[in-house]
Amino acid sequence: MASVQHSEGDRRDFLYLATGATAAIGVGAAIWPFISQLAPDAGTIAAGAPVEIDLAAIPDGGQIKILWRGKPYFVRNRTEAEIKAAVDVDVATLRDPQPDSARVLQGRAKWLIIAANCTHLGCVPLGNQGDYGGWFCPCHGSHFDTSGRIRKGPAPTNLPVPQYTFVNDTRIRITGAAAAV
Amino acid sequence: MQGHSHYVPTSGIGKWMDSRLPVPRLVYDSFIAYPVPKNLNYFYTFGAILSFMLIAQIITGVVLAMHYTAHVDLAFNSIEKMMRDVNYGWMLRYLHANGASMFFVAVYVHMFRGLYYGSYKAPREVLWILGVIIYLLMMATAFLGYVLPWGQMSLWGAVVITNLFSAIPLVGPTVVEFLWGGYSVDNPTLNRFFSLHYLLPFMIAGVVVLHVWALHVTGQNNPTGVEVKDVKKDTVPFTPYATIKDAVGLIFFLILFMWFVFFQPTYLGHAVNFVPADPLVTPPHIVPEWYFLPFYAILRAITFDINLIIFTIPSKLGGVLAMFAAIAVLAFLPWLDTSKVKSTAYRPMHKQFFWAFVVVCLILGWLGSKPAEYPYTVLSLIFTGLYFAYFLVVLPLLGLFETPRKLPASIADAVLAKVRKGGAPVTAGAAAAPQTKG
Ligand code: HEM
Ligand code: FES
Repeated sequence: MASVQHSEGDRRDFLYLATGATAAIGVGAAIWPFISQLAPDAGTIAAGAPVEIDLAAIPDGGQIKILWRGKPYFVRNRTEAEIKAAVDVDVATLRDPQPDSARVLQGRAKWLIIAANCTHLGCVPLGNQGDYGGWFCPCHGSHFDTSGRIRKGPAPTNLPVPQYTFVNDTRIRITGAAAAV
Repeated sequence: MQGHSHYVPTSGIGKWMDSRLPVPRLVYDSFIAYPVPKNLNYFYTFGAILSFMLIAQIITGVVLAMHYTAHVDLAFNSIEKMMRDVNYGWMLRYLHANGASMFFVAVYVHMFRGLYYGSYKAPREVLWILGVIIYLLMMATAFLGYVLPWGQMSLWGAVVITNLFSAIPLVGPTVVEFLWGGYSVDNPTLNRFFSLHYLLPFMIAGVVVLHVWALHVTGQNNPTGVEVKDVKKDTVPFTPYATIKDAVGLIFFLILFMWFVFFQPTYLGHAVNFVPADPLVTPPHIVPEWYFLPFYAILRAITFDINLIIFTIPSKLGGVLAMFAAIAVLAFLPWLDTSKVKSTAYRPMHKQFFWAFVVVCLILGWLGSKPAEYPYTVLSLIFTGLYFAYFLVVLPLLGLFETPRKLPASIADAVLAKVRKGGAPVTAGAAAAPQTKG
C-alpha cells in the first residue's frame, strides 16, 4: 500500500482524517459518562432543596449553626455594637472589599447568615473569637470580622452569604448556595 | 549490567517452560544471578523493605475490606466492630494503620539514601522519576485510606485537602464538586475514596515493576557512586548476598513495626480520629499524619498574596502551588544537581548541606504540627525558603564550586582499601569468595 502513489492523495488524507476524527469523537463520547458520573447525582441535588429556619429562639448576640447540603451555616443575631463595628470599616482596606450592607438584607442588618466553612480550606471557624470579634479559624489562623469578612490570615475571600429570603419576621428560607468558595 | 542470561533450565518442565514463557529465567536473572555491587550497606535494604510493605498493606487491606462498610452512617462503627468482634481484627487494623506509617519511614530513608549517594544522576534519571511517581501515589493512597474510618480527622482532613483544588483558577469549584460528588465531603465522597483506595496500591505495584526494571537496566548505584567496571571484581550475585542482607534489614525493621503495632498502636495517630465525623464541628487543631507534616507546613507558609507585577497569585493558590512544587522539584533533581560526583562521601561541602537539608525537613515537619500562629508562621516561611534553596540554589552552584575528594578507581579498590584500614580479614574473605567462585 505504502508504495502505491495516488494522484488523488487528498482523498486518502480525507479518509484518514475522517476516520481519525470519528474515532476521537467516539472515544470522547465513551469517556464522558465516566467523568460525568462523578458529579452530584439526582438524589443529592434533590436533598439540597431549600430549607426554612426559625429565628425566634436566637437571642440578641446569639448564633446558631445549621447544616444544609452537608455544610454548616452561621445564623447570627448581631448586637448593635457588632453591626457598628462592621459598618465602620473602611471598605477600601479590605482584602475582599464588600460593605456590610451588601452582606445583609435591607432593613435586616441584625441578621447575618453566612457559610460556616472557612474560605481557605473549609474548616468551621469559631464564633466570638479572633482579632476582629467575629470568627477565628483554628486551622490556619484566618480572622473574620462581625460581618464575616476576611481580615487577616490565608483565607482569600469573605465567608460567603447564601441566597435567602425572609418568610416572615422570624423565619428565613435558604434557597441557594453562596457563590462558590 | 544486565548482561546475557546464564540461566540453564535443568528439569524437563523447566526446559519446556523456558521456550514458551521464560518466567523462571526472568526470576533467576533478576533475583538470583543478578550482580549487585559488593559494597552495598544497610541503606540499600530499604527497597526490599518497601516491596515487603506494599505487599503487607495489600494483604491487610484486602482483609480489612471484608469487614469495612463504606457509608457515612456505618463506616466508623464497622471499624470499631472490627476492632472488638472480629477475630484478630484489632491486630489487622493496627497492622494496616501502622503499616502505612512504616511504609513512609521506609520510603523516606530510601529517598534520603538516594539523595546522599546521588542515585538520581545519569543514567538513573528515569529510575528516580519513577520513584517520585510511586511516592506521589503513596501519598494519595494514604490520604484516601485515612478518610475511610470516618472519624473527625478523617472528615476534616478530607475537607481541607479536597478544598485545595478550589484554588485552581476558573474551574476549581467545579473540580471540587466532582471530587465530592455533592456539595460537601459526604457519602458519595467516602464511597469513591474507598474505591480509589483499593485501586491505587495496585497501580503502585505496576509502577514498582517499572522502577525495578529500570534499576536492572542501569544496575544499582553504591556508596562510592563509582559505576561497576568489572562485574567479576566489583559485584556479588544477588542470591545469597543481597537476599540475606535484605532479610536482616527487614527483620530489624519489622521489630520496630511490631513494637508499634503491639505496644504503641495509636502513638502515630490522632486521638480525635476516635470521635465520629461531625460536619458541624472542626477539631481545634487539624493536623495530617506525621508523614505529610513538612508539606503541610509549606502549604501554610504562604499567608500573603504574591504580587508578580503582571498578575497576583492569591495566598491560597500560592500555598497550594508551593506545596505541589515542593514535591515536583524532586523530579528535576537529576538536572538541578550539577556535580559530576555521585556519592556525598566524596563531596565534603555537599555532606554539610545534605545534613542541613535533613534538619530543614525535620523542622518543617515540626512546624507542620504546630498551630498556625506567630512565630510558627514566620518560621514556616523561612524554612520553606531553605527547602527550595537546597534544590534551586545549593545543588546547582555546589557542582561548580566544590572540589570533590579523589574517587577510588573501582568499587573493588574501595572495598579493599577499607578492609586494609579496618583489618577485618573475615569480611575480606567473604567479599573475595564470589570472585573465586566466578
Ligand atoms: C499502598 C498501600 C496502602 C496504604 C499506604 C494504605 C493506607 C491506609 C491508611 C493510612 C488507612 C487509615 C488507617 C486508620 O487510621 O485506621 C487505611 C485504611 C484502610 N485501608 Fe489501606 N492502605 C494501603 C493499601 C490498601 C489496600 C490494597 C486495601 C484493599 C482494599 C486497603 C483497605 C483499607 C481499608 C478497608 C481501610 C479502612 C480500615 C481502617 O481505617 O483501618 N488499603 N489505609
Ligand atoms: S481553613 Fe481556615 S484558615 Fe485554613
